[in-house]
Amino acid sequence: MTALTLNEFITRDYAAELPPDELLRAHRLMLLARKLDERCWILHRQGKIAFHISGIGQEACQLAVGMALRPGRDYYFPHYRDLVTVLALGMTPLDIFLSTYGKADDPSSHGRQMPNHYNLAAQRIVSISSPTATQVPQCAGVAFAIKLRGEQKVAMCALGEGATSQGDWHEGLNWAGIHRLPFICLVENNHYAISVPLDKQMAVAGPAERAYGYGMPGVVYDGNDFFASYNATREAVERARRGDGPTLLEARTTRLTAHSSDDDDRTYRDRAELEAQKQRDPLPLFTQALVSRGLLSQAALHATEAEVLAEIDEAQTAALAAAYPQPEETLLGVFVADSVGDRAVRAWCWPGGRLPQSPAEEHADGR
Amino acid sequence: MAVKNILETIRDTMAEEMRRDPQIVVTGEDVGPRGGVFRATQGLYAEFGPDRVIDSPLSESSIIAVGIGMALHGLRPICEIQFADFIYPAMNQIVSEVALMRYRSQGAWTCPLVIRAPYGGGIGGGLYHSQSIEATFAHFPGLYVVAPATPYDAKGLLRAALQSADPVLFLENKKTYRLVKGEVPDTPYVVPIGRADIKRPGRDLSVFCYGMMLHECLKAAEQLAAEHIEVEVVDLRTIAPLDKATILDSVARTSKALIVHEDNQSFGVGAEVAALLAAEAFDDLDAPVLRYGAPDVPGVPFSLPLQSFFMPDAARIAQSMRWLAQY
Ligand SMILES: Cc1ncc(C[n+]2csc(CCOP(=O)(O)OP(=O)(O)O)c2C)c(N)n1
Ligand SMILES: [Mg+2]
Repeated sequence: MTALTLNEFITRDYAAELPPDELLRAHRLMLLARKLDERCWILHRQGKIAFHISGIGQEACQLAVGMALRPGRDYYFPHYRDLVTVLALGMTPLDIFLSTYGKADDPSSHGRQMPNHYNLAAQRIVSISSPTATQVPQCAGVAFAIKLRGEQKVAMCALGEGATSQGDWHEGLNWAGIHRLPFICLVENNHYAISVPLDKQMAVAGPAERAYGYGMPGVVYDGNDFFASYNATREAVERARRGDGPTLLEARTTRLTAHSSDDDDRTYRDRAELEAQKQRDPLPLFTQALVSRGLLSQAALHATEAEVLAEIDEAQTAALAAAYPQPEETLLGVFVADSVGDRAVRAWCWPGGRLPQSPAEEHADGR
Repeated sequence: MAVKNILETIRDTMAEEMRRDPQIVVTGEDVGPRGGVFRATQGLYAEFGPDRVIDSPLSESSIIAVGIGMALHGLRPICEIQFADFIYPAMNQIVSEVALMRYRSQGAWTCPLVIRAPYGGGIGGGLYHSQSIEATFAHFPGLYVVAPATPYDAKGLLRAALQSADPVLFLENKKTYRLVKGEVPDTPYVVPIGRADIKRPGRDLSVFCYGMMLHECLKAAEQLAAEHIEVEVVDLRTIAPLDKATILDSVARTSKALIVHEDNQSFGVGAEVAALLAAEAFDDLDAPVLRYGAPDVPGVPFSLPLQSFFMPDAARIAQSMRWLAQY
């Protein structure tokens, strides 16, 4: 038993049923994410932001998730590259910039997490940490709760193929399979975990090969093709809602940048390979498809581009003007306010700050 | 004698030791062609090849467990954890296995591996790329915990770790990696595990610290020297076991003690040193023992004002020293 192809897996051509305005909305989201992502790289090169990790090249399979889930109902544990997904699920460019600059109103973490560690509870985007794959068994837990409560919801998580080497990934899939949970795991397989190529990560062709071992279908598809990605993701969502259990999705995709702004991929990645991958860039592929279907004109494309750039400029300006958190806020929120734990944390002080200015004063107090 | 930073020193020391001892292998995430995300293993893959410099799958538990197995059969693995914050998937292998192998088998089996882990904050790494883990692991007997703060000590302690009969958690402070430079002898030498070092002698008070905080404390001590307060700065270098003799001897001379670390304040190295002084230096003390640890929040926040508040710095350390000196 090996992984399924897209055609073996899907029961309908869901993408063909997407109305034109939905396709145009999807395309605008992909464009917005791309321009926002590019802006972050520019700001990093200018020394204006500390860090960026990119979704460029992987947006088609990510956007498919944002279009297939119901925001605010289905749960999503994002991958750190999922900029377009979280935009589709309800985050805004302002939210992204607030976290990039570490501002107080950053909805993801109030300036505590590095950028790209998304969270928006109202939209059921669950806060993610940095240690890889921890979210997978957590997602199985949410799916278990959904099943127990008899709801028609789905719990979905995403991660890179490298992270599937963690025990947590295997353990999460095992739970999902045993209990036939409404669970979907998307592996964004870009063939690299920082520098480590796929064949140093696993002895099989990809993570979907392993699905059978956990009692669920594993599907491989072109993660740079929005339509293929949407079909795969939608089918998995429908399966989960029908009570048919979990799915492992493996989107074959391309990381068109270095791992992050801290990385230089020239030491481990062939330039010719990268150039070849750029030919499969999901954004022009999606644009071309809409143009050739007569849904998008060059004029409309340029207008949308100008529009998203203006939106990004505005968000960036607002985020720059926003306030930083107060230093003392470091101590808040470890425990619920005014609890014994909270009071213990807030009692911290560096010794020179807590003690009176001079011991003489203290003695004068009659100690 | 060459002047090097800590990163270069660690890299060169690994290369020298691997040339000397064919049993040494290196494994971890991105340690191969990439040379590590901090470039600590740069050049090793080219020189020693894929059998001795092994890119691991993204799985810390396996990095340590496979290291254990290699050590059980006579190899000398250096296991790199990419960031100390990511050591926790390997917690079980370290705590239940590495630290207990000798004790539970009455020495029939041992696993003398070296676990290298870059740690520490103040580098914009946020909650999960800044953590200090020394107190957590110092609590587990069976494991040495060392934390060099200078290139000289990094080489000497790494060589000592590679010769140790028992496992060593070798903590590398990320902020010091490129910042701290110093002379490193080309000759092989060892800095013994379990020995602290007086980095600046002084008669008025003792400060105990390690890692990046050594350099903040030295800066603060310099400020106080201008005010005619002579601070003795003691670099612990080994966290577990503590060098009790050096600590007690210093306080016997100065009668005052401050402990500084960027790990959380509570239940940390500061508490251990303070307890030692309370029990064994009571008669020497002329002032309360003070500790300056980071706030008890579960990670270093990313936003700059929060990070600055979190990290102990020379200015606030100096203020604490002043208070103690005047007591
Ligand atoms: C437990 C843990 N170990 C190491 C890291 C450091 N790290 C961050 S991303 C990454 C590679 C992830 O590769 P992959 O899962 O393929 O995702 P991609 O970045 O390619 O999307 C590593 C090793 C981490 N975040 N967590
Ligand atoms: Mg990857």
